[in-house]
Amino acid sequence: MNDNSQPAAVRARGIVKSFGSGDTQITVLKGIDLDIYLGELLLLVGESGGGKTTLLSAIAGILDINEGNIDVLGVPLSALPANKRTRFRGQTMGFIYQQFNLLPALTAAENVAVPLLIQKVGRAEALRRARVMLNRVGLADRTEFLPKNLSGGQQQRVAIARALVNEPRLLICDEPTAALDGPNGQKIMELLREVGRSPDRCVIVVTHDSRIFHFGDRMANLTDGRIVNIEQISQEGTA
Amino acid sequence: MIGAYFFITMIRYDCFSSIGLEFSTSSSRVGDHTVNYVALKMLFGDRAKYLMLLCGLTFAVMLIVQQGSIFWGLMMWSQASITNLNVPIWVTDPGIAQVDEVKPLADTAVDRVRSVDGVEWAVPLYKGLLRARLATGEYHQITLTGLESATLIGRPAEVLEGRFEDILQPDAVVLDQWAVERMGGPTVVRVGTIFELNDKLARVVAIAKTQKSFTNIPVVYTTYERAMRYVPHERRILSYVLAKHKDGVPVEDVVQRIRTQTGLGAFTQEDFGFKTYMWVLVNTGIGINFGTTILLGFIVGMAIAGQTFYLFTIENLRQFGALKAMGASSFTLSRMILLQAFTVGLTGYGIGIGFATVFGFLTARGGNLPFAETWQLLLLVLVALLAICLVSASVSIIKLARLEPAIVFR
Repeated sequence: MNDNSQPAAVRARGIVKSFGSGDTQITVLKGIDLDIYLGELLLLVGESGGGKTTLLSAIAGILDINEGNIDVLGVPLSALPANKRTRFRGQTMGFIYQQFNLLPALTAAENVAVPLLIQKVGRAEALRRARVMLNRVGLADRTEFLPKNLSGGQQQRVAIARALVNEPRLLICDEPTAALDGPNGQKIMELLREVGRSPDRCVIVVTHDSRIFHFGDRMANLTDGRIVNIEQISQEGTA
Repeated sequence: MIGAYFFITMIRYDCFSSIGLEFSTSSSRVGDHTVNYVALKMLFGDRAKYLMLLCGLTFAVMLIVQQGSIFWGLMMWSQASITNLNVPIWVTDPGIAQVDEVKPLADTAVDRVRSVDGVEWAVPLYKGLLRARLATGEYHQITLTGLESATLIGRPAEVLEGRFEDILQPDAVVLDQWAVERMGGPTVVRVGTIFELNDKLARVVAIAKTQKSFTNIPVVYTTYERAMRYVPHERRILSYVLAKHKDGVPVEDVVQRIRTQTGLGAFTQEDFGFKTYMWVLVNTGIGINFGTTILLGFIVGMAIAGQTFYLFTIENLRQFGALKAMGASSFTLSRMILLQAFTVGLTGYGIGIGFATVFGFLTARGGNLPFAETWQLLLLVLVALLAICLVSASVSIIKLARLEPAIVFR
């Protein structure tokens, strides 16, 4: 659990993000300040439409912001040109999505290998590491299965393996348990907490699922485009 | 061949995965090749989508090649009167428009052509329309072709029945196979059949094989001298002078000399053929009608190809967004899309041409239908298909470049 003595992995200051223009312009993020530390699992909660996913996308550098600065692992992400930001993202971040976003034509092992292939790792080596990672998430016997032949929980575990295979320092998760039943959701969160406890990594989880709140170290509440409070979560699982 | 290659590629990438062998066979290829592998798996992985895409492209190519080949076959037919005689130089009236529009020459034209420097030989040719009256009383319009008897220059290369040399016998004529077909078939007209040409006897001594002509009027061969007896008397009978240039003298030079020294029209076989099919194109409406059909086929085919591939990319947008979020650059994604476009494009091209060729083989067998699948047409279709693949891929790439990978969070 983080005690805020760790260096900040993510430092966001004055983040503003609007969509549309003129009369139809909507400001989704209205000046966000947020620090996320290495070695912690931060839960980002709040009502639907509050800007959680937008903030997540901005931190990941896959959505341009209108104002403010975001530093990730000491790199001014918002100031980087798009191509460098893409490369940086591939080298340092992993993603877990609500809908898994596995490539349906690829086997579990191939899906997990994709981030390594993008980083120009040789195919055989990428596959070897992918199988090791699938073994870590308990899917050693499913490496050659296509996603359609896996259960929802198994697909999400493949997605987690894919997110972790290139050993990212920042793991970004959007509603990782939303498509899963209770027990599967708990297992997934246990995996994510294990990752978050590594001293050189941190995990951000956007969630509505109160059953998994106790897995977090801190919980930031984002409402109407603003962080209204950040709470430390006790070891017993209560905020 | 191209289609087969890409089919094999598809099988390699697709079927091997089902038996778990694909990664044990390669280990050294790194970099973008590995992403190419992902691109091809994405393409071949969803078989329904891939086959739909392939069907669209195959249909487009088949439509264009088939229509284009029929058009070109028709154009070949328009020159049949020239190519069937197969001589290097045609000497004509200077105002001639096309081979079937005969403008007679003075008999002295043959000697005038022979006197031109560089001419190896020159012979007269009669070509004109007559009516044949069969023993049944039926009349058929025919094209009478009179060849110089000493050399029989201009005779068909292939004889199906009888001996062409028997044309030198009294009243002898040779028919082409289309004449037999048009005049009632082999039960009515065969070697030995006697009919009348302008109330004079004609006896069939052989059946020759020729290319079908545009008008499909039966061709009856005889000697030049006998043709003079068959046709009604006119002051000028000579239709054309057929000639050959001496070896070592460029045919174009000889043609030019004939024009200059005799004042007659003179053409190489190729130029006279081109002049004829240009006349057909401009004056018969075939150019506009068929050209419109081909153009529509081309546009429809290419639109199908482009739209199908574009939709394929759009449907995969979320997957590309996920790759982009994972660090794939726009350049890498562009290469993936181009690879997919050209792979499916070339596969469709190969299969489409295969189908069009089979169609041509089955329907145009024996020369009954015009169908000429030339390498120029195949090259043109290939270039057009690659262009449309490039355009549709570019549209997809532009869309992808504008795509915010945040789409994967929605």
